[in-house]
Amino acid sequence: MGDTLKIVVLVKHVPDAQFDRHIGPDRTLERSESILSELDEYALEAALQLSEARGGEKAGNQVIALTMGTPDAANALKKALQIGASSGVHVTDEALAASDAWATSLVLAAALREIGDIDLVLAGMASTDGETSLVPAQLAERLGLPQLTFASSLEIEGRTAVIRRDGGTTSDTVEADLPAVVSVTDQINEPRYPNFKGILAAKKKKIATFSLADLGLDAGQTGSAGALTRVEQAEPRPARTAGTIITDEGDAGMKLVDFLAAQKLV
Amino acid sequence: MTSTLVYLDVIPAEGLGKPQLELLAAGRILGPISAAVVTQPSDAVVRELGEHGVETVYTPGDADLSGYLVAPQAAWLAAVASAAQPGAVVLDNSFEGKEIAGRLGVRLDAGVITDVVALEGDGTAHKTVLAGSYEVSAKVTSPVAVFAVKPGAAEAAPAPVAASPAVKAIEVPEGAFARAARITARTDRPRSGRPELTEAAIVVAGGRGTDGDFGPIEDLADALGAAVGASRAATDAGWISHDFQVGQTGKTVSPQLYISAGISGAIQQKAGMQTAKVIVAVNSDPESPVFEIADFGVVGDLFKVLPQATEEIKRRRA
Repeated sequence: MGDTLKIVVLVKHVPDAQFDRHIGPDRTLERSESILSELDEYALEAALQLSEARGGEKAGNQVIALTMGTPDAANALKKALQIGASSGVHVTDEALAASDAWATSLVLAAALREIGDIDLVLAGMASTDGETSLVPAQLAERLGLPQLTFASSLEIEGRTAVIRRDGGTTSDTVEADLPAVVSVTDQINEPRYPNFKGILAAKKKKIATFSLADLGLDAGQTGSAGALTRVEQAEPRPARTAGTIITDEGDAGMKLVDFLAAQKLV
Repeated sequence: MTSTLVYLDVIPAEGLGKPQLELLAAGRILGPISAAVVTQPSDAVVRELGEHGVETVYTPGDADLSGYLVAPQAAWLAAVASAAQPGAVVLDNSFEGKEIAGRLGVRLDAGVITDVVALEGDGTAHKTVLAGSYEVSAKVTSPVAVFAVKPGAAEAAPAPVAASPAVKAIEVPEGAFARAARITARTDRPRSGRPELTEAAIVVAGGRGTDGDFGPIEDLADALGAAVGASRAATDAGWISHDFQVGQTGKTVSPQLYISAGISGAIQQKAGMQTAKVIVAVNSDPESPVFEIADFGVVGDLFKVLPQATEEIKRRRA
């Protein structure tokens, strides 16, 4: 096989979207019940497949999981290691709390420079909490790298990455030379689950921890102090309540249309 | 009032589309507007831009940005912003719009707010987060604000006072193409003739309960002039293309009416529909969580209920 790859996968520890999620009185997200963001598993799977096709870790390929966040965010890294990442990097600092995309991409760009010699940065199409999809584009801008985003397929041919990107009206083939930033959709693959062997192996894998000072950043540049956006108000939408429920007795289709007519919807 | 630069992607040959006119209207909420248009506009389009309040039209001259993914567009828009000195930049909320917004934010040290559903004159942006479960208002704290705005955030309408815009070419900065990703092939995706899912006033969506037969869903959608949607279970089963998926990892829709058929309504499925004004649910299982949020629910077989409703709508319209 050809050259080896050093791939960094961005992973985020987010509140589980299977449960109700809440914004606290300080207008930041309550992060209990958090897990590895489901959409990041597709990026990790894509990285593992690229690595394995080149002989995996034994042949010198690396899949490094990178996260920033509270000490708890290490749980997202541990899950990534159990699934198959070779090592983890955790940027953690109290001053990171309430970072927006601008501040997040500043910190992650510094961490990626610190890791160094990266061929590919892989991310999910969005985090399932903020859902802005801004960070991969902002990282590409900060690092001066090409961006290949919303990939529904990804191949590396020599030193060129080729993706398919399905937009609203067209499907595009897009390519760029490595190193590059790639984000992937949930259509790219079927993520694997951690198995027993993976869970045991993960205990021996290393997680490096960086503070902001380690990355040459200061507290004023990140978190709520460095964010360039501010949430003024956050209100839960009023809970929807059940309306009329009927059981079909042969005429429910007519009654449905009566309801729509009463609502002036037909 | 903040002078605002509105970014417009390629303008269709027949003139500005409704989403582009809505963007101009959204920009006018913040103050006087200028427009950055990635392709050379015809005289008729320049006149139309003027009718919608655009005071200056910026173009990239002869440069063709269409073969590249967002990086040169962002570099050019940053160059336009340094000439126009706006207090805010407004873009559409497509993949490209958000990504250009993100890169522009880095270049201008500007805060970016995406998924904006409404703007106020003081720069307050409204959006829904956590899959429609919270409504948030947010502000940008940097001198320049960047907003990616969803369709329908402002009503397309001519400006109270028309302008006669000056057209100014701003060069694409040198090196903007060097590290950009190249689009090497482009194929049109099949079109259904139905309204776009994210913009439709009515959505009829099917799930596991269709058993792969979307016929009744499509027939009802066509009778109502609605878009077709699908739950993840239905797209994962390969019954319908992923483009139709509504929900956490698909599209969040905010139509007037959402008709859910054969969808149980687990939290991730509710997420895509809960900002709809009216929800109708048809499901054979009376215990389905979807009935907890439905304004009108039918416990029944969608293969009987939907065709009957479709026929009744056609009969009343005849």
